[in-house]
Amino acid sequence: MNFDFSDDQKMLKEQVRKFLADKCPMSVTRRVLEKEEPYAAEVWKGLVEMGLTGTAIPEEFGGLGLGALELCVIAEELGRAAAPVPFSSSIYLAAEALRLFGTKKQKETWLPKLASGEIIGTLAVSEGTHAAHPRNIAVKQAGGKINGVKQPVVDGGAASLAIVAVNTGGSGEGAVSLAIVDLKAGGVSTEPVRTLDPSRQHVTLSFKDAPAEILGDKPGEGWSQLSRVFDGAAVLFAFEQVGGTEAALEMARDYALERYAFGRQIGSYQAIKHKLADMYVKKELAKSNAYFGAMMLNDEGAELTEAAAASRIAGSDAYVFAAQENIQTHGGIGYTWESDCQFHYRRAKLLALAVGAPIQWKEKLVARLEAKNAA
Amino acid sequence: MDFNDTAEEAAYRAEVRAWLDKNATRKENAKDIAPPKDLKEMIAQSKAWQAKKADAGYACITWPKEWGGGGGTTINNVIYSQEESKYAVPGGIFAIGLGMCIPTVMSWGSDEAKQRFVKPAVRGDEIWCQLFSEPAGGSDVAGLRTKAEKDGDDWVINGQKVWTSGAHFCDYGILLVRTDPNVPKHKGLTMFWIDMKDPAVEVRPIKQMSGGAEFNEVFFTNLRVKDSQRLGKVGDGWKVALTTLMNERLAVGGSQGNADTDELISLARNTDIAGEPAIRHGGVRERIADWYVQAQGLKFTRFRTLTALSKGETPGPESSISKIVAAKKMQDLGSFGMDLQDMGGVIRDRKISPEEGAYTEQWIGAAGYRIAGGTDEILRNIVAERVLGLPQDIRVDKDLPFNQAPKGK
Ligand SMILES: Cc1cc2nc3c(=O)[nH]c(=O)nc-3n(C[C@H](O)[C@H](O)[C@H](O)COP(=O)(O)OP(=O)(O)OC[C@H]3O[C@@H](n4cnc5c(N)ncnc54)[C@H](O)[C@@H]3O)c2cc1C
Ligand SMILES: Cc1cc2nc3c(=O)[nH]c(=O)nc-3n(C[C@H](O)[C@H](O)[C@H](O)COP(=O)(O)OP(=O)(O)OC[C@H]3O[C@@H](n4cnc5c(N)ncnc54)[C@H](O)[C@@H]3O)c2cc1C
Repeated sequence: MNFDFSDDQKMLKEQVRKFLADKCPMSVTRRVLEKEEPYAAEVWKGLVEMGLTGTAIPEEFGGLGLGALELCVIAEELGRAAAPVPFSSSIYLAAEALRLFGTKKQKETWLPKLASGEIIGTLAVSEGTHAAHPRNIAVKQAGGKINGVKQPVVDGGAASLAIVAVNTGGSGEGAVSLAIVDLKAGGVSTEPVRTLDPSRQHVTLSFKDAPAEILGDKPGEGWSQLSRVFDGAAVLFAFEQVGGTEAALEMARDYALERYAFGRQIGSYQAIKHKLADMYVKKELAKSNAYFGAMMLNDEGAELTEAAAASRIAGSDAYVFAAQENIQTHGGIGYTWESDCQFHYRRAKLLALAVGAPIQWKEKLVARLEAKNAA
Repeated sequence: MDFNDTAEEAAYRAEVRAWLDKNATRKENAKDIAPPKDLKEMIAQSKAWQAKKADAGYACITWPKEWGGGGGTTINNVIYSQEESKYAVPGGIFAIGLGMCIPTVMSWGSDEAKQRFVKPAVRGDEIWCQLFSEPAGGSDVAGLRTKAEKDGDDWVINGQKVWTSGAHFCDYGILLVRTDPNVPKHKGLTMFWIDMKDPAVEVRPIKQMSGGAEFNEVFFTNLRVKDSQRLGKVGDGWKVALTTLMNERLAVGGSQGNADTDELISLARNTDIAGEPAIRHGGVRERIADWYVQAQGLKFTRFRTLTALSKGETPGPESSISKIVAAKKMQDLGSFGMDLQDMGGVIRDRKISPEEGAYTEQWIGAAGYRIAGGTDEILRNIVAERVLGLPQDIRVDKDLPFNQAPKGK
């Protein structure tokens, strides 16, 4: 039994943690949020210089050729810091989609640039306030051009590359393809979108005859490709959620020790103690599920989908709970703009909605379990 | 990251499997073996199996050979338990004795006591129980009132214990009593081992809500014990009890009941809501997902603990969450299983219920599981205080002499 990260992976984690503790305290997240910067450029530059963007990209395409486990430890630290950087969009989503499904030529064109941080990439699926489904993807691709609107697209303002879910004609899942769109090649306009977490910039991308190319060598496979990309991202986001939960729990714990009410530390009241114990329990369940997700992702295991779903469900539950109860533990001060509690509150919900809400993943999970049970 | 055994672990596992194949029946082949017809037969079968294990070095695997143990590692022990769980073998009745009482005797008993008791307990020749809880002290076990008074070289004990699992068939027990009511409660306690067959010990079974009677009230009327039966110093009983309770936390573990999500999915495919299979219902699907994620979380938390053990490290505090999650999940899942059976959910009769009343049994049993070995609330206090470093609860009786502290009836 070796259900743990290696010493090298733990060292990498420590290194990222130190860097972020130093260069990306909550004041940086606050600055990006208040000034509506697209992202913290100096933090991003540092991550790129450490080579982290190339971690899981194969060496032949300019990366380090390490595996998913290394990405997982990086993710946990990005989550702990609630880092305002486009790492997830560029790496978990755009680079992973290309690595998994791109043709050799597509990989050669884009992966080295993503690995070196020369460009930022993203994935554009959502078209408003309804869940995406093969039946309602309205952005159309025909004759090498796409038309339509995607919103919200995280990091869509900073990105030069988007992998866009499009309708290429046909029916059911076969109607969906993923398209590679060079956002600098014309036919694309961007408009900021106001969201619950301005520390991560979101935009509306409008395409008007924008040049596009199908990811991979044939159309109609977008929905299943998307499902696999989301499985991987769900595991990586789960590590961000574990890191975030740990940070929110620490904040709540520290405040509960420092704040007095009725002549006692509020941390001496069981209503607070049990709340914090529950945060800890949820965090451990999330972490253990995420570990299995990491293992399945790294090995491309048969249970990847179930493991990803479980990681996502447990991770979302833990982080949202911890972020909510962290504010509650802080009382009135936790509800102020001045307090840092808000950053976890916003980020927790943002992460729980990125790559699909927990209720969608529960459905995906139970559909698999049901099929297994019937077999 | 992998679930593979090391070469040594694999070799040990193969050895264990070969031995179990020779000496026991795998569960899937054991459907026709009748359960023991009564308590006496159950005990006889349990003792025979324990002796066999002891002879082969599979009883108390981590204990030194000179004490009758297997001289193995913690991970050996885990591997053996994993493998044994696939076989239909008698279980359970030695868990408290070997998991808690004998380790206490080994830490605190005289050489004579150790020589006398350890080996017979390992072989299952003698069974032990833990006499701590009282009507006035369960969570707050240090609030107990059973008293021991010095009389020459003996102690004379009067009072009552309660919830003592297995007292009705045990040979010996470890007993926590008050030897000094004039000092604060934790300071006036002392631990002894006692002979459960002494006529001054009266055991009265308590019928549980489940209908079974696995625990008891135990009364002591002028029970005389020798000073040499003392475990630890006079007044050090709390310190000694902590050894026992530490072992309890290691022993109480992963049970999640008989019905889990896979059984629930089968049931939901075979019962309807509004004329549709229940499994099509969103409320049912969401609950299945939630419990599956909890079960996986517990399983992989255990794997993290095992990994630490396998590397020879001390497991982290994450192992303390298991019972908090498992007991409540067992109760909720049992309750929901009955809901799916609708009006038929009340049926407990194994002959009628294709699920053998599993949900009902589980729901009833879980009510006790949430209390035994530390209640949900006490376990949350432990996580908050020991893991997160929050302040201890205020204890109004902490510094008062026991006989002046506030008490209920
Ligand atoms: C939107 C808003 C509007 C407000 N408007 C007004 C107003 O108009 N006028 C006014 O005077 N005040 C106002 N307040 C203040 C409000 O009444 C206090 O914030 C509230 O009473 C909590 O006090 P606190 O913020 O000091 O938190 P604390 O009292 O420090 O509480 C911190 C945490 O400890 C917990 N806690 C504290 N004591 C105990 C205990 N004994 N047992 C268990 N848990 C405990 C709390 O539940 C909380 O989770 C407002 C607050 C808000 C958020
Ligand atoms: C099946 C079963 C087998 C058992 N076997 C044994 C045995 O073999 N030997 C033995 O010695 N004992 C045994 N017990 C006893 C068990 O250890 C106690 O029942 C348990 O510790 C709770 O104590 P209590 O029943 O006195 O409840 P109480 O301690 O009176 O608790 C009542 C309620 O108050 C809550 N409470 C108490 N203190 C606090 C606090 N500080 N903060 C918040 N809430 C609190 C509890 O959580 C509970 O909800 C067994 C119990 C069961 C159910």
